[in-house]
Amino acid sequence: MAAPQVAPLETPDTDQVPAPDRPWVTIVWDDPVNLMAYVTWVFQKLFGYSRGRAEQLMLDVHHKGKAVVSSGTRERMEHDASQLHAYGLWATVDRA
Amino acid sequence: MFQRCSGHYVATFAVDEVRVLRKVATEVVGLLTDAFDHADPVVVRLFPEVYPDDAADAAEFRQYTEGDLKTAKIDQAGAILAALPDDAGGEVRLDSEAAEAWLRALNDARLAMGVRLEIRDSTDLGAELDDAVATDPGSSRMFQLSVYAYLGYLQESLLSALID
Repeated sequence: MAAPQVAPLETPDTDQVPAPDRPWVTIVWDDPVNLMAYVTWVFQKLFGYSRGRAEQLMLDVHHKGKAVVSSGTRERMEHDASQLHAYGLWATVDRA
Repeated sequence: MFQRCSGHYVATFAVDEVRVLRKVATEVVGLLTDAFDHADPVVVRLFPEVYPDDAADAAEFRQYTEGDLKTAKIDQAGAILAALPDDAGGEVRLDSEAAEAWLRALNDARLAMGVRLEIRDSTDLGAELDDAVATDPGSSRMFQLSVYAYLGYLQESLLSALID
């Protein structure tokens, strides 16, 4: 592999570079109404998580106020958030 | 209350329970149709902002998804109405699809009531009910709190039947 003949004049500003493949995350927030067993069941149902993993995520939501429940493309995360809203969970999408 | 019975989920309801469930499900349908109002805190809770820090992205997401979500929520409340016996007590028999629709619809109804009743993490439902009984057992808050507690009990019972 050849070394570049001329050093680039400036390094690109990474904040300005669109990164369409940068992973996004779906976050579920704590809520005083949803039953703990229900939230666990929703995580198993929607994401196919084991009972143990779903329970751990539910406890994270409960104790820490929120938890990342899935990650991937922005489109996929928006789909996940929509599904969670249909089940009544409080979900938002953000950059990882 | 709900029991699994040869692939179905079965419960028997008294006439008062049927009336309460019909009223609650009808109110949810009303909130999602004629009375739909983005400024209503219940609507804010049932249709959360997916991008809380980006109003433009949030509005675009809402534009493409709100209709489907509204239809899904109306359908799941409709699943409760469809399975209730007519104007009397009786048996409710749900297949697994209807049982899951009931779970989601009961959750929506509890979320709506939770907003109206200002339920918080610190709310002690038992103490609130004792309080309401002591001050005015005939109050609307007392009634709403009992219904809220009942829906939670019902949802838990259906979920247990589904999981076990």
